[in-house]
Amino acid sequence: MHAKFLIVITALITVTGFITSGFTINEASINDESKKTHPDNTVKSDSAASAKAFLQVYKVLMSPRCMNCHPAGDIPLQGDDSHLHTMSPKRGKDGHGLYAMKCTNCHQPTNTPGMHTPPGNPKWALPPSDMKMVFQGKTARQLALQIRDYNQNGHKNKQQLLEHARDTLVKAGWNMGEGRPAPPLSYSAFLKAWDTWIDKGLYAPVK
Amino acid sequence: MITLNINTKNYEVDVDPNTPLLWVLRDHINLVGTKYGCGVAQCGACVVHLNGDAVRSCVTKVSRAAGQQVVTIEGLSASNDHPLQKAWMELDVPQCGYCQAGQIMSAAVLLRENPNPTDEDIDNAMEGNICRCGTYLRIQKAIHLAAEMQRKGQ
Repeated sequence: MHAKFLIVITALITVTGFITSGFTINEASINDESKKTHPDNTVKSDSAASAKAFLQVYKVLMSPRCMNCHPAGDIPLQGDDSHLHTMSPKRGKDGHGLYAMKCTNCHQPTNTPGMHTPPGNPKWALPPSDMKMVFQGKTARQLALQIRDYNQNGHKNKQQLLEHARDTLVKAGWNMGEGRPAPPLSYSAFLKAWDTWIDKGLYAPVK
Repeated sequence: MITLNINTKNYEVDVDPNTPLLWVLRDHINLVGTKYGCGVAQCGACVVHLNGDAVRSCVTKVSRAAGQQVVTIEGLSASNDHPLQKAWMELDVPQCGYCQAGQIMSAAVLLRENPNPTDEDIDNAMEGNICRCGTYLRIQKAIHLAAEMQRKGQ
C-alpha cells in the first residue's frame, strides 16, 4: 500500500513538472542526447532563469543580422527593415542558392569594403530546404521550442547548441560590414544569455 | 606575385591581393570582355566563372582566385561557338551589349547544371543580371534555344 502511494505521488510530480515546464518529447530527447555526451553535467535546472535568458537571446535572434538569413520563405531578407533580398536569390536544396545565384558568388569570405556592399563569411548560406530553421514571425516561445528540438535545429544536441553560439557565422552577426548595426546585445552578453538558457534547462518562455 | 589560371592559361601578376579580380583581368591581363557595371555585386556585368561558379569579379579579391580555375567570356568556347553564343547571335539578343558577357556567363552555369530549364529556372538563375536595354525576353528565348542546341549536340 505504502509503495503504491509513493508511485502515484512520483507520477503526479513528474506529470505536473512536464505540464508547468512546457517540455515536449523532443525536449526530453535533446536532454537525453546531451546526457549521453556529458555525463558529468551537474548544472541545476532553473525554469525561470532559463526562460528569462531566452528572452534576451530572442532579441538577438530576431534582429536583422540573424533573422535575415532565417526567413519564412525561400528568399533571404535584407537591410534593417528585413525586406526581401534584391535580385530574389533562392534558398536551393542545400541553402547555398541556385545556378548563377549562389550566395558565395557575391558574399565573399570576408566583408567587402564600403557601404551597401555584400557582407562576407566563409560559411554564408541559408538553412537547407529540408530544415529551414525559420526565425521570421516566431514568438519567443515558438523559437525556443524549435531551437531545443533536435529534429528542427539542424540535429544539434545540447553541447552542439552551446558550441553553435561560438560558430564563425553566428559571430559574424556582430561584424556585418559598414553601415549595418549590430544586434541589440553585445556578443558577450548574448553568449552569457545563450549559455544560461541552455545550462538552466532549455526552458521556453510562456509566450 | 599571384598565379592565376585564366581560360586554361597561367599568368603571374604583381598586384595587391585585395585587388578585385575584375581589374586584374581588364587592366593587367587585357581581357576586357568582362565589364564593370556597379562595383558592388548588384548588376552582374562582371560575372566570370571561378571553379565553375558565376562569381562577381568586381567584389572577388584576386587572392580568392589564386591557383583556381577562372573562365571569362573570352574562354567560354574555342571559337565563340558555345550554344549560348550561337543562340545569342541567332536571336540577335544584345542591344547596347554592355551586360551581355555577364548574362552569358550566368546562363552558362544554368545550362551546365540544368540542361532543360523552365522559364522559372531561367528567372531563378538570371535575376541578378540587369539589362538596362530590357533584353530579358530575348535572353530567355535564347537560353531555351541554347538548351535545345546543347541537347542536340550542336
